[in-house]
Parts: sequence; C-alpha cells; structure tokens
Amino acid sequence: MLKARISVPATATRGEVITVKTLVSHPMETGFRRDALGAQIPRNILTEFECLLDDESVFRANFHPAVSANPFLSFRLRAERSGTLTFRWRDQHGEETTVTRELKVDG
Amino acid sequence: MDDEGQTGLLSRRGCLRRAATLSLLSLLPLELRASPQDMREAMLAAFGDRPIIPGRVRLTLPPLAENGNSVRLTVAVDSPMTEADHVRFIQLFSPENPLPDIARFEFSPASGLAEVETRIRVSAEQDLVAVAGLSDGSLWSASVHIVVTEAACIDALL
Repeated sequence: MLKARISVPATATRGEVITVKTLVSHPMETGFRRDALGAQIPRNILTEFECLLDDESVFRANFHPAVSANPFLSFRLRAERSGTLTFRWRDQHGEETTVTRELKVDG
Repeated sequence: MDDEGQTGLLSRRGCLRRAATLSLLSLLPLELRASPQDMREAMLAAFGDRPIIPGRVRLTLPPLAENGNSVRLTVAVDSPMTEADHVRFIQLFSPENPLPDIARFEFSPASGLAEVETRIRVSAEQDLVAVAGLSDGSLWSASVHIVVTEAACIDALL
C-alpha cells in the first residue's frame, strides 16, 4: 500500500467543476538508470490510475517511465451528486493502492 | 571506474572522469533516445493513419526547465464536455526521451473540463506533443518546445 495524498473540496455546489489533486509516493524507476556499479536498476513504475465516483469511472490515466517520481495529478470533475470517490493506482506487477474520499454535493 | 578512491567531486581527475562519462553519454543516445522514427511508430500505434489536426489543444510547459526530472505540465482542450461532445483522451509524446510515450489521460462527460496537470521527465531539448481525441472521432494536437538545463535519466550514471 503506497502513501497517497488526495485533495478534494469539502463541499461542492451541484454542477460546480471541482479540482481534484492526487500525489502518491512511488520512485517511478525508469529502468534506464544504472547504479554505482554499473548494473541496470530494474524498471518499477505505476502504470495505471483510475478515479471512480461510486461505480462510475470518471477519469483514468496511463503512466510510462517519463512520469516523474511521486506521480502528481490534478484533474477536474463536475460535481453532480454526492458519493464516494475511489482513487486506485496499479503498478506494473498489478499491485493496487486504493484510497477513498467522500464527495458532498449541496442542493 | 574502479579506482574512484579519494578523488573528490571537484578534483581535476574527478572532473576529467565525469567529462569522459558525459562524452560517453553523448554516444549513448543511440539506444537511450527515441528516434523520430520511434515517435512516428508510437503515434501510428495509437492513432493509425487518422489525420491529426494542429489546434484546439493547449499544452503549457515552462520554456526552460531547471530540472528535467520534474517538469510541470498542463494540458487542456476547450470542450463543453457533454455526452454528445466531449474530449475522450489526451496523450503525451516525447521525440527525445528514451521512450516516446509519456502518459495518457481519459476523460468522461463527468470531467466537466478536459484539463490535467502533472509532472514529467524531460531528457533533452525537444518539442513535446499532446494529441487529443474527441467524441466525434477527430484528433487534435499541440507541440511545445522545451529546453532543460539538467536532463532527466542521467543522474545515476555519474
């Protein structure tokens, strides 16, 4: 389980386009670097990210080694209803990290 | 590189050695860089031979990046983001990084705005490319030139 930080507004008005920010701690090792002895450091990256509102997928991303260490994403959502936001990262081996936040929509 | 010994980072020998490593690096790009051919192949794999029209995509990057390991990038497309008319995806490509693919973002009408900010690695001065796919099937692109003073990908080699 990776350490993730999520920023979602505490409340939103119906129809408002909110900004969601996510930061997850991961080296995103490219596989192109060598250690001090010249041995190749194996690739170790997160490859997928998905954000769901309840069961509906609302935003997805695919990462390649060119994404910086500790991948940061800021993206938008139109807040139409309250629900549970699920944030899920998957690494190249299929290991998943999942974090949830409640989205509260007024009106 | 076996007798590193006490040669400090600033010693003449250390500098010469690092210079030698750097000149070796200039030979490495043959395998450590994507070629324009790789870039064309990556875009062909993603979009086939569909036409890609320059425009509609706003790709924002600093023109000069101090640190190529973490370059802030924002990409956006003006779109009403309705069921009938929305941005399906934005994909980022690099002609000079070791791999041409950077990232792909998939939106939905629930996105409200097709806009993403992230941080990427940039290994050399180049023209980064963003391609957006819309719900009507059209493809749009933008390209931005970037210069890096300290490139990504080489730090552990020195």
